[in-house]
Order: sequence, then structure tokens, then C-alpha cells
Amino acid sequence: MINLYPLLIIAAVLFVVLNLAGGLIWVERRLLALWQDRYGPNRVGPFGLGQVVADSVKLFTKEDWIPPFADKAAFVLAPAVVVATSLLAFAVIPFAAGFVVADLSIGILFLLAMSSLGVYSVVLAGWSSNNKYALLGGLRAAAQMLSYEVFMGLSLMGVVVLAGSFRITDIVNAQRHMWYVIPQFAGFVLFFIAGVAETRRLPFDLAEAESELIAGFHSEYSGMKFGMFFVGEYIGVILISAMLTLLYFGGWLGPVLPAPVWFGIKTLFFICVFILLRGALPRPRFDQLMSWGWKVLLPLALVNLLITGAFVLAGV
Amino acid sequence: MAFIFYASSIVAVVATLLTITRRNAIHALLYLVVSLLAIAIDFYVMGAPFVAALELIIYAGAIMVLFVFVVMMLNIGEHAAETELDVFRPRAWLGPGLLAAVLLAEVARLVSLQSGAYTGSTEISSKQVAVALFGPYVIGVELASLLLTAGLVGAYHLGRRAVSREEEIRGVDTDESRAVSRGAAVSAGAGRSSHAA
Amino acid sequence: MWSLLRSMWGVFLHAFHRRVTIQYPEEKAILPPRYRGRIVLSRDPDGGERCVACNLCAVVCPTACISLQATEDEHGRRYPEFFRINFSRCIFCGYCEEACPTYAIQLTPDFEMGEYRRQNLVYEKDDLMIAGPGKYPDYNFWRVAGVAIGDKGKGVAEREAPPTDVHSLMP
Repeated sequence: MINLYPLLIIAAVLFVVLNLAGGLIWVERRLLALWQDRYGPNRVGPFGLGQVVADSVKLFTKEDWIPPFADKAAFVLAPAVVVATSLLAFAVIPFAAGFVVADLSIGILFLLAMSSLGVYSVVLAGWSSNNKYALLGGLRAAAQMLSYEVFMGLSLMGVVVLAGSFRITDIVNAQRHMWYVIPQFAGFVLFFIAGVAETRRLPFDLAEAESELIAGFHSEYSGMKFGMFFVGEYIGVILISAMLTLLYFGGWLGPVLPAPVWFGIKTLFFICVFILLRGALPRPRFDQLMSWGWKVLLPLALVNLLITGAFVLAGV
Repeated sequence: MAFIFYASSIVAVVATLLTITRRNAIHALLYLVVSLLAIAIDFYVMGAPFVAALELIIYAGAIMVLFVFVVMMLNIGEHAAETELDVFRPRAWLGPGLLAAVLLAEVARLVSLQSGAYTGSTEISSKQVAVALFGPYVIGVELASLLLTAGLVGAYHLGRRAVSREEEIRGVDTDESRAVSRGAAVSAGAGRSSHAA
Repeated sequence: MWSLLRSMWGVFLHAFHRRVTIQYPEEKAILPPRYRGRIVLSRDPDGGERCVACNLCAVVCPTACISLQATEDEHGRRYPEFFRINFSRCIFCGYCEEACPTYAIQLTPDFEMGEYRRQNLVYEKDDLMIAGPGKYPDYNFWRVAGVAIGDKGKGVAEREAPPTDVHSLMP
């Protein structure tokens, strides 16, 4: 007899994440509109929620064109990679105590691995499109994500040192008395910046930078292949928000309300912060981005790790 | 578990074979990535999750991306694919092939000597790995870090020289010259507008 | 860093500002009287056509969307035999209104001209002609034109002096 419980969890996680990713399109447009004194989509269905359905119908029925000059195999592979890696990363995200697909002992490392594999989607898309702008976008994305991955991992290590485990469930349980955002505030800020850069969201969207590179790495994509990049980006946003919640804000822990609700509330809060960032901040120049990553944030992450390690060693 | 191990091993071997036979450099690299992923699964199944994760993050996630990055930058076209054909002449592959055959014979010998080397039951935690690395193997770790530092310094030196040469040509610091030229453009524009006025 | 946080806070505060969007189909925008919308042909206070078919509007039109054919009535007054504006080409620049010597062609604050068939955007003279004088209620070209036509001699219309007799020696 096959144990059905993991399958149920997988189905539930996929259902929630994919629907949320689709719904985020609407959330983002409404929130951006709110912060820009507009209304946003409010015509289709109640509060414009039907816009999600309308958009997906549009994306599915659009012509799915593969340029004749493109490298077909890599061109098709790229959008699949972005969705696959971001969805795989959700395997180790616990929505509540025990509500997790696979509670790996290397949970955080698995998350980092998936986010680093996600680079391939962008690089391959940029290369296989055989288009100058796409290639530039791909190059930028590869350089940016590689650089920011380095201190993304390092900024998380402070939490790992405090909790003494890579397992996400252990890390959350270790936050019963105090959220890690307090002792690890620097790590939180660094991880947040790196997370925004990893999802290639504004203000770090230099890979697509529509004012310079048309649409960057996905210039040549249309129809549902473009839709996959779109959804992949939103899944990435949910993933980073969930990680912030789990690692720094006590995950599902909270009074009165049931655990998944707390987890959902905290994650949604960070998703809204992501959207606020998009609405508020300008895009940096590429060399500024790189020198900031390597010369400011990486040393800060190392110093943070050093201090944390010293405190743990001293037994404070 | 044994089934997963052998399945991913077969994937790794096939992907590696495809890596060395593909003529398109990017496709070859992608097969190499697949091979690395399969090996990571092997490590995980054998009870070394930490190594599996590092394999993913460092090899598949960072080093291979850099390879792809460089190949993209070089823009290897049809011409390179033609020169690739040279590699398949016996003169080119005979020497490496012989050496690889020796290695294969050694591996076969080792495998035949040690029966039951496959241990999937115990999981080695990351703490154990760390204790081992900073305990008995600390010299190895330090040597590797020295090597990496040397590489870092070398890379910095190479990059640094290019920048200073550029500065020599321009005669000034690049940032400063950029600021100066921008200022000149602004004042030129101002002059034109005053003319127009 | 501080400025980034400050701008984020500033943008966040916009959540409590009044929204500037006008919910268009339910709520109409207030258009100024000189808004350049749909083109009309106006009539003079007596109810006659103002257009004298001088073709200036057709010439000045940058998209060449106006076409007309001049003809004369029994008094010798020129008027357009047909007057056609293709609104699928028109860019509502208002040059025709500026070029018109008789205030006949005028742009109005109305832009709701959507059609499902392109051919319906070609407006004929009947579609363009309005009953009133538009923006210039008192102006009547033929009363101030200074040309003799049919029932009116030279210099007898409003604000007109009799023409100077160039053969006379008196000032």
C-alpha cells in the first residue's frame, strides 16, 4: 500500500503555489495601482479577479512561436527549467509543523541549489534566442545571480549557526522564544537584498531592463513559454518570501490563529514588500550592482557570519 | 534505493558520453550538467546529502554556469564545430584514451576487490563532514584554501592590469575621466543653447 | 540606504491618497470647450452653409483625410458638392480649423466615435453638418466678405464701406 499522505501534500502545495502565482499577477497590478493612485484591473469579475483567467486564456491561445534562428532544444528547455526549479524548491518548505513534502536534513542547501540551478533558465533563454538583446540579458542575469548567490548563502549561515541545523523545521522550532530577525538583523537585510536579486525583480531586473534591452532574455518568447517565465518569476517571489518567513520570522509560529494561516500572513506581507520595492525604487547601473554585491554586501555577510560564530562560540 | 542509484548512474554515464560527443559546446555543457545532477542523486542515495547539495550548488550551479557564460561570450559558431571534428581522429584521442583505459582498469580492479562498498543505510550529517574537515583533514582544507587564494589573487591581478592599462592610455583614472568628459558635454550643450538664445 | 527607505515609505503612503483615475464609461471626463475632437461643419446664423469650398483644409491636412468638390449655387456662392472626412485617418490636429477662412470647419469636444466597421468612419457632408453656428454664433461670412454675389452688391454688407473709387481725385 502506497502512503498517500505525501502525495496529498504534494498536490496541495502545487495547487496553492500555482494558484497563488497566478493570483499574484492580479495582486501586483492592483497593489502597484494603489500606490500609484490608480485602480488597476477592476473590470473583469468581482474586483477584477477575472483578469487572471482572462490573462491566462490569452497566454494559452497566443501563437507560440519559436524563431527559426533559435536553438530549438535549449529554447524550449529554458522556460521549463525556471518553473521546475522554483517548484522543486517548495518541496522543502514547511507550511506548518509536519506539513512538508520532504523535510530534508539539508533543506537550506537544497533551496540554494535550486535557486542556483534557476540561473540556467535565464542563461539558456538568452543564448538560445540568438538575439543580441537576449544574449546581453542572459549575460547580465548570469553574472548578477552568481554574484548575489554567494552572499545569499553566506547571509543564511548565521541562522544555520544559531539553529545548528540545515533542516528548516529545526530552524523554525528554534525560534520559539525569539525570531531570528532580532539577532540576525544584518543577515536578514542581506538575504532580503540577495533574494530580490535572485528573483530578478525590480530594482534588480537588469536582465530584462525593458528600457535598455527590450525584454532582455525573454525578448523572443511568446505565448505560454513567456507565461512560464512570468509564472516562474512569481513562484520565485513566493519562494523568497516563504524563506524570509521561515528563517527570520518564526515561520508558522504565532498565537491564536492556526499555523498555516500565520505562515500565509507573513509570506503575503513579504510579497507585498516585494511589490512595494518594484513601485518605489529605480534600477541601478550594472557596474554599480556588481561592485555593490562584491565590495559591500559580501564583506558584510562575512563579518556577520564571523560575529555570529564568535557569539555562539562564547556561548552567549 | 539501489534501483534509484543504478538508474541515476546510468543517466550519469550516458550524459557524460553525450557530453564528449556533442559538437555544440553549449549542448555538451548541458549534458555535463545533467551528469552532475545524476551524480548528486547518487551521493544522496549513498547517504551523503551534504556532498550532494554542494555538488548541486558549486558544480552545477556555479562552475557550469561560468562555463556556459564563457562559451556564450566567445560566440563559438559553425567554424568551431568543424574543428571539433579533428578531435575524433585517432591521433588526437589515442593518448588520453590509453590513460583513461588505465584508470578504468584500476576502478574495475578496486570494485572487484571491495564487495559491498555501497552503503546506503547510514546518513552522514553535515556536522560530521565539518568535524572531519576541520579535524583530521584540516591540512588539506588549508591547502585548498591557499590554492583558492592564489587563484583569487591571480584573477585580481589579471583584471587589475587591464584596468591600469586603460588608465595609462587615457592618462587619468577612468571614473574621473568619465566625469570630466561628461562635464565637457554639459558645458558644450550650454554653449550651444546660449548661442541659440 | 536611507533615501531608499524614505522613498519606499513615501510610495507606501500613496495607498491613502485619492485615486486620480476617472472611471470612464460611468464617469465622463470634463473636456474643455476647445478640445479637439470630432470635426463638424457649421452653418451661419441665417442657416446657410459656411463652407465656401476653398480647399484650404484639404491642403493643410497632414494626413490628407479631407476631400471635397467645389460648386456654385445660382447666386454665385461657392459651396462643397460633397465634403468627406475619413476619420480613420484623421489625427485631430486642428489644422483644418485654423486654416478655414470662414469658421466653417470646427473641432468639438466629442471623441466617442468607435465603430465596428472601418467604412463607417468615413463621414459624409450630411454626417458632418450641424444645425447651428458652433463656436462663432454671430459670424456670417457672406455679410463681411466684400464680394458681390447675387442679391448683394459690393460694400453694402455689415461693417463695410463702399469701395474706393480709384478714378476720383478726392481722398
